[in-house]
Amino acid sequence: MSEEQAIALKELLYKIADDQLILGHRNSEWTGFGPLLEEDIAFSSMAQDKIGQSYALYQMLHHAGEQAPDTVAFMRHADQFHNCVLVELPNGEYDFSLIRHFLFDTAEALRFDMLTRSSFEPLADLAKKIKGELRYHTLHANTWIKQLGNATPESIARLQTSLNYALPYALGIFEPSPNENIIMDAGFFQGEASLQAEWQSRVISILEQTQLNLPDWKTVTPILGGRIGKHSQHLQPLLDEMSEVFKIDPTAEW
Amino acid sequence: MYGGGNTFEGIKTDSLAQEDPIKLAEFEARIARGEKIEPADWMPALYRKQLIRMIEQHAHSEIIGALPEGTWITRAPGFKRKLALMAKVQDEVGHAQLLYSAAETLGKTREEMIHDLITGKSKYSNIFNYPAFTWADACFISWLVDAGAIVNQLANAKGSYGPYCRALDRICAEESFHLKYGHHCVIFLATGTQKQRDMFQEAINRWWAPMMHFFGPADKISAHTQVLMNWKVKMATNDDTRNQFLDMYVPKIWELGFTIPDPALKKNTDTGRWDYTEPDWEEFKRVINGGGPCNEERLAVRRIAEERGKWVREALRSPKASYVMPLA
Repeated sequence: MSEEQAIALKELLYKIADDQLILGHRNSEWTGFGPLLEEDIAFSSMAQDKIGQSYALYQMLHHAGEQAPDTVAFMRHADQFHNCVLVELPNGEYDFSLIRHFLFDTAEALRFDMLTRSSFEPLADLAKKIKGELRYHTLHANTWIKQLGNATPESIARLQTSLNYALPYALGIFEPSPNENIIMDAGFFQGEASLQAEWQSRVISILEQTQLNLPDWKTVTPILGGRIGKHSQHLQPLLDEMSEVFKIDPTAEW
Repeated sequence: MYGGGNTFEGIKTDSLAQEDPIKLAEFEARIARGEKIEPADWMPALYRKQLIRMIEQHAHSEIIGALPEGTWITRAPGFKRKLALMAKVQDEVGHAQLLYSAAETLGKTREEMIHDLITGKSKYSNIFNYPAFTWADACFISWLVDAGAIVNQLANAKGSYGPYCRALDRICAEESFHLKYGHHCVIFLATGTQKQRDMFQEAINRWWAPMMHFFGPADKISAHTQVLMNWKVKMATNDDTRNQFLDMYVPKIWELGFTIPDPALKKNTDTGRWDYTEPDWEEFKRVINGGGPCNEERLAVRRIAEERGKWVREALRSPKASYVMPLA
């Protein structure tokens, strides 16, 4: 692998790992606050999967010469994170958390399916395992979107408002990496553009089974910047909270 | 997690006079033979009432207990702890789900129980009315409060009501992992830096009194109801479970080099039981009745969660669906 390719690969791994860590963290904030116990438990399960997935990816980065997973996750500043802005937004009401989960995990399931064909073998192997976990995340999201998207005027209106709000951020998932061409040429990943196209048709196929209005894609302006470390005001406080104990003494074992 | 000490503030047994004496005798004979009572079986109204009260309080304790530890999930230091604590607190919420189902078999719906919780009508384990200020407090809960709960729950698992016993068997299996997790966290604090050791010593100092309260008032001042013992609703006295806990865990705490803030605490070689300074039962009563540092906050969080989630539950309710007795 050339030096250029090694840099591009790290860029790819970091953004995926950061997405999982930050959304996993947000999902875990539902513990104790869910609209019903079953949802509390479901969001907690997904949080565990996502944080476990990020851990596996940070370990891969560690093998490639980056610092240990705990250091990477707990000691970086917000502008060193490459997650999309969507995942760092506060949980808000359940309708927003559900819509975000639906939009993000639809993309994530497709991403990891594509990654099973990555030319970087350790990533392809890991993707096979993660893909299996994500099946349940999309099953969960689709079930709820179809249920609440056809239920009461309030549930439909709430989902619609959150969908309209979340879409520009969701398009930020597909912000190309600075080294997108190298990533694609090396066969690490098929690229964000083809992922977005598949995602869009998958999202539409679910929304069509609800009473929600489909977005007019031409008028949605993507909110970008996350992939190059430009974040909303919400990420740094999340990281400060996450590292509060760890930073009491980063050399200590906890 | 549940201490069980709050449940039996004295009950009226008058209603027993109205029960069919033949059925009552058959019921008591079944329990004496070690049989389990199942939801569709005949049972005295008092038995039903006490079990609903006990299982409901246990379920509430699980969801309220998820709050002081839950706030440390987002701050857990490192991947290993973060993943384990998430799984642990998720288990506790899962226990609530199991227990509400067990209580529903007796005829009270989950919605009614949650309503009684957030309006302050029904109680939960007193210990969760204290704040978890530091990571070490969360570790104290995971290790020692769970340990206390296991002592109580293992006793209750031998009780007479089938659905509750089966739920407790599953709960105890999970709690034993929590105990291992909590102990592991504490060992790292105990063998870590001075700051880490100090953190845990301070946690012990803060939590010892609530921990002693956890098992309920001393037997000599508790309302003792023989009928509940005969019916295998209450399986061990408060002092017995407290003593069992001290027997198992005080040596472990001392072994790690920590002190316990009770100069009178020692094993009495004559009685084989532990001597300790009598806990402040006035404080216990005050906190149970709403005067603790976190009572209002805990209920407010639960109330807000219920209010914010109302539209979701309404959207799930199909007008055509009829009530189905849960499997438990």
